[in-house]
Amino acid sequence: MLKQLTHTQVWVHDQDEALAFYTEKLGMELREDVTLPELGSFRWLSVGVPGQDVAITLMAIPGPPVFDEETRTQIQALMARGASGGLFFATDDIHGSYEELKSRGVEFTQEPTEQPYGVDAGFRDPSGNQFRLAQMQ
Amino acid sequence: MDARYREPLDVPTLARAAHLSPAHFSREFRRAFGDSPHQYLLTRRLERAAALLRNTDRTVVDICLLVGLRSVGSFTTSFGRTFGLSPTAYRAAHAPAVAHARVPTCVLQAYARPQSSTFGEDTRAVPG
Repeated sequence: MLKQLTHTQVWVHDQDEALAFYTEKLGMELREDVTLPELGSFRWLSVGVPGQDVAITLMAIPGPPVFDEETRTQIQALMARGASGGLFFATDDIHGSYEELKSRGVEFTQEPTEQPYGVDAGFRDPSGNQFRLAQMQ
Repeated sequence: MDARYREPLDVPTLARAAHLSPAHFSREFRRAFGDSPHQYLLTRRLERAAALLRNTDRTVVDICLLVGLRSVGSFTTSFGRTFGLSPTAYRAAHAPAVAHARVPTCVLQAYARPQSSTFGEDTRAVPG
């Protein structure tokens, strides 16, 4: 049976831009970075929250021969409209984290807001992936 | 310290965050964790560097800087003292990073497919 979630994946427009955002702005650490020249320079790139054993794979939206150009463009357009899936993070101090992330240039889509389960804020990455950050009650 | 090991942390900074004097902080830290703050942070950085040597194809210099160490010379020395091998030898003693890369099946299949097709069935790729 399933034992553990090891990786989750987000599509990114540019892996270097995404890596800088996730590490320098969100404070994650680099986990894996391997380029395979024989597979069209496919780059397996992942980051994670320090101390937590789950990695987020920053996957470039592939063109041919995996997706045709039309499909790739459609994925990019849908993500720009906010149609991507999301990741949910927790923090001990939502207001402090909000101010710190904002000062680093993270674009918030929602300010910290009282919810029945805690205080919750929303932000996005440069590719349009939607994230939530909450201080749970 | 576990989460922010990449930042230039020193005892005065850590002590300020804990609202203690530097001397008191170092003493209490050692009593609680069995290591000086400096040694604890170095161990954390070396442990992360070892993981990056196993799981990335980044250079040793790159990895040294990624974990918050500034001097490659002292990184190599401390790494050798902890793991009994130089960073390069440590990497060589483990399976190459590419062995851990979980390349998605759709990518593998796409690249394994014949590049030219007589019947045109490859013109619209279907992700696996």
